[in-house]
Amino acid sequence: MMLTDFPLFPEQASTVAKQTDALFIMLTIVCGAVSVLIFTMIFVLAIMYRRRPDNELAQEEEAPKILEATWIVVPFIFFMATFVWGSWLYFRLARVPDNALDIYATGKQWMWKFQHPTGQREIDELHVPVNRPIRITMASEDVIHSLFFPSFRVKADVLPSRYRIMWFQATKVGRFHIFCTEYCGTLHSGMIGWVDVMQPTDYQKWLAGGSEGSLASQGQALFQKYACNTCHTEDATGRGPVLLGLYGSTVTLANNATVVADENYIRESILSPQAKIVKGFGPIMPTFQGQVNEDDLLKLLAYVRSLAGPRTTTPPKEPKS
Amino acid sequence: MTSVTYHDVQFLEPAKTRNYLNVDYGALSWLLTKDHKRIGILYMVSISAMFILGGFFAMMMRLELLTPEGDLLTSDTYNKFFTLHGIIMIFFFLIPSIPAVLGNFILPIQLGAKDLAFPRINLLSWYLYMIGAFTGLLVVIIGGVDTGWTFYTPFSTQYSNTHVIGTTFGAFIVGFSSILTGLNFIVTIHRMRAPGLTWYRLPLFVWAMYATSLVQLLATPILAITLVMLMIERFIHVGIFDPALGGDPLLFQHMFWFYSHPAVYIMILPAMGVASEVVAAFTRKKIFGYTFVAYSSLAIAFLGFLVWAHHMFVAGISVYSAMIFSFLSYFVAVPSAIKVFNWTATLYKGSVSWQTPMLYILGFIGLFTMGGVTGLFLAALGLDVHVTDTYFVVAHFHYIMVGGAVMGYFAGLHYWWPKITGRMYPEWWARLGALLVFVGFNLTFFPQFILGYLGMPRRYHAYAPEFQVLNVMSTAGASILAVGYMLPLVYLLWSLRFGRKAGTNPWGAVGLEWTTSSPPPKDNFHETPVVTWEAYDYPAMLKAMGETQNV
Repeated sequence: MMLTDFPLFPEQASTVAKQTDALFIMLTIVCGAVSVLIFTMIFVLAIMYRRRPDNELAQEEEAPKILEATWIVVPFIFFMATFVWGSWLYFRLARVPDNALDIYATGKQWMWKFQHPTGQREIDELHVPVNRPIRITMASEDVIHSLFFPSFRVKADVLPSRYRIMWFQATKVGRFHIFCTEYCGTLHSGMIGWVDVMQPTDYQKWLAGGSEGSLASQGQALFQKYACNTCHTEDATGRGPVLLGLYGSTVTLANNATVVADENYIRESILSPQAKIVKGFGPIMPTFQGQVNEDDLLKLLAYVRSLAGPRTTTPPKEPKS
Repeated sequence: MTSVTYHDVQFLEPAKTRNYLNVDYGALSWLLTKDHKRIGILYMVSISAMFILGGFFAMMMRLELLTPEGDLLTSDTYNKFFTLHGIIMIFFFLIPSIPAVLGNFILPIQLGAKDLAFPRINLLSWYLYMIGAFTGLLVVIIGGVDTGWTFYTPFSTQYSNTHVIGTTFGAFIVGFSSILTGLNFIVTIHRMRAPGLTWYRLPLFVWAMYATSLVQLLATPILAITLVMLMIERFIHVGIFDPALGGDPLLFQHMFWFYSHPAVYIMILPAMGVASEVVAAFTRKKIFGYTFVAYSSLAIAFLGFLVWAHHMFVAGISVYSAMIFSFLSYFVAVPSAIKVFNWTATLYKGSVSWQTPMLYILGFIGLFTMGGVTGLFLAALGLDVHVTDTYFVVAHFHYIMVGGAVMGYFAGLHYWWPKITGRMYPEWWARLGALLVFVGFNLTFFPQFILGYLGMPRRYHAYAPEFQVLNVMSTAGASILAVGYMLPLVYLLWSLRFGRKAGTNPWGAVGLEWTTSSPPPKDNFHETPVVTWEAYDYPAMLKAMGETQNV
């Protein structure tokens, strides 16, 4: 154990890390200075005006009133600047770059499962290429978890009710912590892992190490196993809507409302098909709640996504709660 | 006539009449009392026991975290300990601390009233507190609870195998105690002020208690509703929060924080009130910007209701709603900043005494400032994504809750101790205690800011080895803090018997509580006071005192 060698600042290993740190350092300097100023003022004033026989009673002379306005207006301007900076960063974190590589994650007590588009699966370990945006679509099988990459300065809660999406772009090759940051029961502190950031060529080699076919093709197999294909045919003759080109498109519902077919729409249409009926179709689809687990749902999602053809636009960002 | 000095005021002989302590004796005279002062003492004893219990759990956690491996406690035990620490300290210590102990005792006297508006309801609120506390203790004895004090669903409703229903029932009951205290204070402040005591002559402690009471009255019912819904889902599986039953887990978080964020202000506003009293008394000066400080309490109470979702920036709320909650969170920082600057400015040209209550409050102002400015980090959306749910948050809220609220409670306890007991505490021991608390506190919690930014998540039983050094510092600090907290327990009890007798006004402070004997008579005043001076008007008080002396 090296008690003399311990970090005081986390490693910067993503494109966002530098920007988060810049805001952190700005706030540390300004707030540190204000705290020091207040401590000094307290100390100096409390000594200068300490009680002595000649000042048993305070002088009723007051500090000038303009001070009051100053310490309302100046902090407020600073607060608003911080608000704008923080929001700008948050928007950046919410906007996934177009060429992102899709990874699927499932949280369950107490492990992280990751699936690659090419079908590889891993537990508590995630291999990703360096300098490429990684988009993680994730859900929980039980309680709420939270996927945290401290070296990338990103985290997001993983919900059992719908998909969450997060992204990062690693800038350094190496191994970095993965932590669960939402308390999830007995082994919460054991729900940890490592992200392995590799050179793209090494990542390709790693991917070549065998799988059960791509995630989309595994999803296609499930699509047939659950007999989805009997209604969702490739032409418009089926009893259900055609899924080709569905992902990312705008769908008109029976009540004439429109909805963008994102991850959560697809998830809901499998688990609660009656919630949103597509215009022109009957409410005949049975629910698959309890029959398809989160891993398989993600495979089905990958398959439906693959039917959209090559992604050209970024799908909708963070869903509304 | 004008030759009265502070020495005359300080050494007025204690009145030789009966006081609230010796007016009658026996257990029943306490357990069935309707005297707000005795009820305050009942609360003081009860919450002190809870503070010791909550502190024990904290100490065990810090000892476990001395090493990266989870070796001292099992994971389940550790999880139960941090849960119990949070529940006990928040629901059974901090929320009742200043309002139910010091507020109960001092507020009616500061108003010149004989008692609170509803003395029986006041006693009922203590019994409700005790039922809640015993329910909590029962849960501890039969095996504890491991949900975290936040009870997040669906973990609490479907996955935890511990005593969730018992615990939430205890919190539910103790909530009513809080509601009734708030109700009682609001009515008392409106209806029972002494002749001449207009709103702008009220001590700032009263303003702070008024704001606190509004929050208690309006926010606590939401907690009650939320906990009942949680119990219903856990007990009979009605789907409210659990997605497997058709519920929404984020709904729980919204409802929980709709109470629990305002609850932060239930804990800190009273401490701000104590700070104003103590700063005025130990500078012998009117608080700079009295009206700003008074209204900032109300502003905090109001804005506190509008920022709950800043606990949920990574939980899955929309980008735009996150922006609105971040924006509003910065607004609530303004009235807090106003208070800090006004207290500091009051020192200017004051007559600053370095007695224990003032030491605690000077520490309070500094630590509250640090807790406040680190809140700015957490309210900045993009930065919150990194630091939320890490030790940064743990450090931040302990700076507010311990550095702020607990320091405020100890300041008030020392400030009003002579009034409550009629005895002085030993000044040098008390100063040593205050110093130990300040040093121990900073050593415990400052390293946690760094740990948090490094990425150490909260509620971790075992952690990565590179975090050890900072954790060892934190545990060392906690040991000092524990000594700092044990000292008052010893010397305050000692002072009950051996402390120097306190006169009516040992600090030479203004305020109606310093015009009646220590300890006060059963009905607080021998005759109804008439207020003719502004709050903290030292020259006027000296003059009035001079006239009484000459009569």
